[in-house]
Order: sequence, then C-alpha cells, then structure tokens
Amino acid sequence: MNLQPSTTDEAFRAEVAEWMRRHLSGRFESLRHRGGPGDEEADPVLRKEWERELAAGRWTCVGWPAEHGGRGLSIEQQVIFHEEYARAGGPGRMGHIGEGLIGPTLIAFGSEAQKRRFLPGIVAGTEYWAQGYSEPGAGSDLANVQTRCWQEADGSWRVQGQKVWTSLAHESEWIFVLARSEPGSKGRNGLSFLLLPLAQPGVRIQPIRQMGGGSEFNEVFFDGAAAEAGHLVGKPGEGWKVAMGLLEFERGVSTLGQQMHFAYEFDLVVKAAQANGSAANPQVRQRIAQAWCGLRVMRYNALRMLSGGEGPGLKREALIYKYYWSNWHRELGKLALDVLGPAGDVVSDDPRIRPLQQLFFFSRADTIYAGTNEIQLNLIAERGLDMPREPRPTA
Amino acid sequence: MNFAFTEDQVMIRDAARSFLAEESGSAAVRAAMSGEHGFDAGVWQRIGSELGWCGIPVAEEYGGLGLGAVELVLVLEQMGRQLLCAPYFSTVCLAANLLAQLGSEQARRRFLPAIAEGRLCLTAPLDSGVEDWHEAAALVQANRKGEVWTLSGHCPRVPDAGAADWLLIFAWVEGERLPALFAVPREISGLDIKPLEGWDATRRFSSISLGGVTLPAEDRIDDALRLEDGLSRAAALTRLAIAAEQLGVAQQCLDLTVAYTATRKQFGRAIASFQAVKHRCAEMMVRIEATRSAVYGAAALAAGGSTTDAQAIECAVARTLAADTCFFCAQEAIQLHGGVGFTWEYDPQLYFKRAQASSHWLGNADALRERIARALLAA
Ligand SMILES: Cc1cc2nc3c(=O)[nH]c(=O)nc-3n(C[C@H](O)[C@H](O)[C@H](O)COP(=O)(O)OP(=O)(O)OC[C@H]3O[C@@H](n4cnc5c(N)ncnc54)[C@H](O)[C@@H]3O)c2cc1C
Repeated sequence: MNLQPSTTDEAFRAEVAEWMRRHLSGRFESLRHRGGPGDEEADPVLRKEWERELAAGRWTCVGWPAEHGGRGLSIEQQVIFHEEYARAGGPGRMGHIGEGLIGPTLIAFGSEAQKRRFLPGIVAGTEYWAQGYSEPGAGSDLANVQTRCWQEADGSWRVQGQKVWTSLAHESEWIFVLARSEPGSKGRNGLSFLLLPLAQPGVRIQPIRQMGGGSEFNEVFFDGAAAEAGHLVGKPGEGWKVAMGLLEFERGVSTLGQQMHFAYEFDLVVKAAQANGSAANPQVRQRIAQAWCGLRVMRYNALRMLSGGEGPGLKREALIYKYYWSNWHRELGKLALDVLGPAGDVVSDDPRIRPLQQLFFFSRADTIYAGTNEIQLNLIAERGLDMPREPRPTA
Repeated sequence: MNFAFTEDQVMIRDAARSFLAEESGSAAVRAAMSGEHGFDAGVWQRIGSELGWCGIPVAEEYGGLGLGAVELVLVLEQMGRQLLCAPYFSTVCLAANLLAQLGSEQARRRFLPAIAEGRLCLTAPLDSGVEDWHEAAALVQANRKGEVWTLSGHCPRVPDAGAADWLLIFAWVEGERLPALFAVPREISGLDIKPLEGWDATRRFSSISLGGVTLPAEDRIDDALRLEDGLSRAAALTRLAIAAEQLGVAQQCLDLTVAYTATRKQFGRAIASFQAVKHRCAEMMVRIEATRSAVYGAAALAAGGSTTDAQAIECAVARTLAADTCFFCAQEAIQLHGGVGFTWEYDPQLYFKRAQASSHWLGNADALRERIARALLAA
C-alpha cells in the first residue's frame, strides 16, 4: 500500500488542471459545476460544444485504447483526469453514455464495421447516445423485456414496443435497445442488442416530467422502427450477454471524479451551515462529520476497487459501492435541505440554494436507477455472502 | 499510488488468521477468560517470541521489525475476529506506541527492545476520552522534589494491569501545559491494582490507585519536545488499532450469522433464503466493507507519513465508523440467531459485549464526530 503519487502522475495532474483552467473559461465559464445529476438539462447546446472543445484537446475517452481514438491512459492517470476535471468544475458530460457505456461495449463485443462507424462520433463529441433497457414491465426484472424485433428480407431489423425512463433520448442521435428477437422466448434467452437512429418515423419520444420539475428522461415508442442489418451487436438471441457486459462498465474509474463532485456538494452544505448558523447545532455537526466519514470511505473504497483487490470475481468493495454512494448521497441531500430550513422550501435561482435543492431531489433517483437498493442488497447477499438466490420464475 | 497489499502484508495477515483460528477459537477464548489474568500465558509467549508480532511496529533500531500501521492493522483485525485474550493490545498498541511517539530516547532504548522480543508486558490507560489522554492525566498529580517524583491519584480502568510489568501513567505536573508520562513498575509501594469484573471478559481491566508512589527522575519518560505532537499521533494510532479490532469483531459477527442462517430451517427452508434476512446480512457487509476501506486507508496514510492533524482526523473517521459498525453487526448477529443468540453458550454475546466495551475507548463515536466537525467547520 502506498498513497504517494509518482512524479509523472503529478506532472500529468498539472497538465490537466492547466488545460481546464485555460479552456473552461470565456464562453464556457457559465458551465462550471453545471449539468451534473439533477441538472442534466442545463444548457445542452453549449455543453455539446464543450464536448467538442474537450475532443479537440483529446480529452474525451481518455481511457480507450489509442487505436480507437483514446489516449490509452493507465488507471491512475484516468483517475487523475476525472479528479482534475471535477475539481475544476467541469460540467456534467453530455457524452457519458457513449463514452462510458456503449463505446466500451462496442470495443468489447462490436464488429469491426460497428467500431469504425460509431466510435469516432463518440470520441469527437458529434453523436450522443441513449440507453433503451427499461420498459413498463421490465424494471428491476430487466429480463422481462417485451419490446420485439425481427429481421426483414433485406437483412435490416424492425423494432416494435416501448422503452421508458430513457435519459436524454431527446438530446441523442442514437439509442441502444434490448429487444426480444425470438418470439415466445422468456427471460434472458432470445434477446438481441440493437443500435438505432432516433431521428426516424418509427420512433416517438415523449418527455416525462420528474419530481424536480425537469424532464431528463422520456418514454420512447417504437413502431416498426428500423436498424441496419449490421447494427446488431453480438449474435441474435445473445443480447443479454452484451447488455450485462455493458452494465459492468457502469462502475469504473469515473467514480473518483464523481467523488470530487460529491466533495464539492459537501462543501456547499458546510458553507450553507456556516452562513445560517446551523453549524453550531450539535445534531447538524454530527451529521456533517458523518457525511465526511462517508466521503473518506468512498475515496479509499474506490482506491481498493481500482487496485484490483484479490482473487477473481466482483470484489467485495466493488459489490457494495453503488449501494454505499447512492445512500450516502441521498442522506447528504436531506442534510442539505435540513440545513437550509425554510429557505430550502422556496424555488430558487440562488447559486447557494439551487444546487442543494437539486441534490435533494435528484439523489432520490440514485437509489433507484442502475439497480435499486433492494436489488443491490440481493446481489450483495448472493454474490458477496453466497446466500440462497431469489426465486427467478422467468429464467 | 497503489492500494494493494504487498506479498509480505498478505503473508502476515494469513499467518495471523490461521494461528488465531487454531489457538483462539471459542473454547480457548472461554477458557482464557476464566483464567487468573484472563489470557493463556503459553499463547502470549508464542506471540511474543515465536511469531514476533510484538515487534511489528517497533523500529529496527530498537530491535523491532520496523513494519508499519498497515501490517499492525491486519494482525489486529484477526485478533478482534477471534477475540484474542492476551496483553498484546496493551503492550504494543498502547505502551510501545506511546513510547515510540512521545517517549524520550532513553526510555525507548530502555523498553522497546524488550517489548519487541516479547519479554515485557506493559500497559497504559485506555478508558480516556477524545482529548488524547488529558482526561486520564487530570486524575493523577505528579510533584517533583529534587530527583524524586511523587504520584498520587487514580486510573479508573487500565487494561491488563494485573499482568503488566510496567504501567505507563499520565499525570499532571503543576505549571505544565501537557500531560506528563511516567513508567511505574508493578511492584512498588503505594500502587494498588484492583481487578474489575468486566462484562467483556476477553480484555481484563483493573482500577489503579497511586498513593504517593515515588519514582526516580528517569521514570518520567516523555520527551518534552515531541510531547504535543506525540500525544496526538499516539492517540490516533491507538484509535486506529481499536478500529481494526472492531472491524474483525464485526466481520466475525457477520460470518457467524451467515453460517447459522444457512443451517437453521423454519417454514421448511433455510432462514438465509428469506429476503429480510439476506438484506440484513448484506447491510452488515456494506458497513463492514465501508469500515474496512476507512481502516485500511487510515493505516496507509499513517504508514506513509502525514501531518499530525490529517492523521488524527483520518484515524478518528476509521474509529467512529468501526465503533458503529461493530455494535450494529453484533446486535444483528444476536437478532438473526434468535433464541440461541441470547444464550451464554453461543458466541454472539461475547462479541456484543466487546462491541459495547470498546465503543468508548479513547472517545465514543459521538465525541469523535464532534471532534471531526470542529476540524471541518473551523475554517
Ligand atoms: C432518473 C432515472 C434515470 C433512468 N435512466 C434510464 C435510462 O436511461 N435507461 C433505462 O433503460 N432505464 C433508466 N432508468 C430506469 C431504471 O433502471 C429503473 O427505474 C430501475 O431499474 C427500477 O425499475 P422500476 O422503476 O421498474 O422499479 P421496480 O422494479 O418496479 O421496483 C419498485 C420497487 O420494488 C422493489 N423490487 C423490485 N424487485 C424486487 C426484488 N426482487 N426484491 C426486492 N425488491 C424488489 C424495488 O427495489 C423498488 O423499490 C432510469 C431511472 C431513473 C429513476
């Protein structure tokens, strides 16, 4: 164990910080600390331009291999990049579904043609992606997907059905969809993984208003929507494998960057407590200290995850991470509003209040998406403690 | 930056795990608990001389292994897990630690080599608060006349005092700003050691009274120049050590519970298959792994050298989490064992008692959180 950074790492850190200082300024200044969770709809046009600014500096997809347009950075350097990005107040990444989910999935499971067609648009910040997994009848039980797909005589694919809770579909060019290609099949069998353009007659996107007032997610309806013959990833009927592989990429090196943002939010809460005097309240002090403990846990837990742990399989520290951070974040949201008191009840544009209200509302979703609390606990018990599995009648 | 354990660290941990599983199983712990000093002298002897664990944190120049907080934490975690009854914690995590952090050069030469070789058993007050032994010192007065110190007062709870060759005692000296540290030999007139019957019998405590104990000048063993910093560093490392043991206690509570619920059947199925039971075990695991990250992180920080303040806060973080996790897991273990969890015969009660007893050593979680808050909100 060694917490000391090397000198080359420090030089790289300085390089990222300097680049961010020079570029996240001028017309991009207004994006500082914007667009994070709960704030995804902040100035999407400018944030896409910012993605292209990043791309011009070769700061998108930094962990991808060079042959696919990335920088092939080591884990340590990726962590440094994400940390410095967040420390500088870098805006929430419009391209994160492309860069973090579908890109790595195509690199792992895609055909050469798919890689050539799709990876450059992700790297360049010119094509954005949405994730079409959940359906009205398939949430936690994702394998219950009912959206159908079939192949036409010309080899192209058609999709019929509905997805729901689709984040940023209205800001995206493409969607990846899990659909049933074998009629009558059940559960994980008979599913396929397809790539579809959203701008086509067979696709209708309908916004859903969230509790925080915005409409970051949507319903997406498919009525004979088309996908090219070559845009099925993996083999027909083996979509589950690809879909699960993609979820593996969800926890990764960006966690330390996410934590920088958490630390920033924590500071906002501390400042609010100092400003209105609640920092003198013993209970508030206990909760602030408790939140700080959680931040330290997350940092060291992420370092444990990234250093590989021991033995094969999903490590204990990785298994608990999603449950831990999401519940921590939710509690921070409640603390934030308790600190604000009545001032937090009024809709506000005050930069000392608005982000805390966003935190309060959006953190309610943290324990729902990417595996709800209850599903996480099932996984932890079954994979981490070898306890009996839940009955799975659909399998 | 690398957070993985070295091969040597893994070796030390695994050796501790297998030795303690062998020598400190439930039956052995119960036998040791009811012995005269509360531990098996043979096992303690082997730990000191055969395994060399007493030398783990002692610098090589004083005859130790010169290893750091990481190795120590790994061994202590296993000791907590097996509720090892031995004066290891007192000798190494209290006394050797105090000597190393704030002892004079002369005192270190005098005691550390013998400690490292496992020849000497020492102790110091553990039942003090968040103020780094200031509370303990407030109960003892030290006066100097010529070359002789006289100590009067009491220490309400000192671990393993009945077995210790020397007691390190904090005292106030009129006109000084910080506690002074004295080495008091066990056989000395004016010193009264009264064993206490604790509910947690895996670590024996005694109350000590000092009625005009006289000591030569050389038995004042603190180094004035390092005292302030040393008190903070030593307290931080002791808190980390407590946290490591508590982590082991919590882990064992989970392991016992997972094993028991897998075999106990109700309603025609193993109770482990009920989701309410699974989720509570999973919640234990979440808290344990979170605590583990904090404990290993604080140990890595301490081993790598850090500012005194950063180390104090990081160890306080680990200690608050460990105390809460430890009690939570012990309480869940009893609940999920049902009626047998309430018996003397099953082990959860032993862990439950340790969890509660250790919850306030060198400050309880609430007091430590207040200290963390003070540091965070000072700016
Ligand atoms: C803000 C937000 C953004 C999202 N973005 C996307 C996106 O871009 N693309 C996408 O595909 N999806 C997205 N989702 C959907 C998300 O993945 C689902 O909401 C999630 O999987 C839960 O499914 P559900 O909403 O149907 O809830 P349900 O599965 O109906 O769950 C309801 C409750 O029942 C509990 N429950 C369910 N099954 C079990 C069980 N076996 N044991 C115990 N308890 C159980 C759950 O934990 C939960 O508390 C998003 C969701 C949110 C909130």
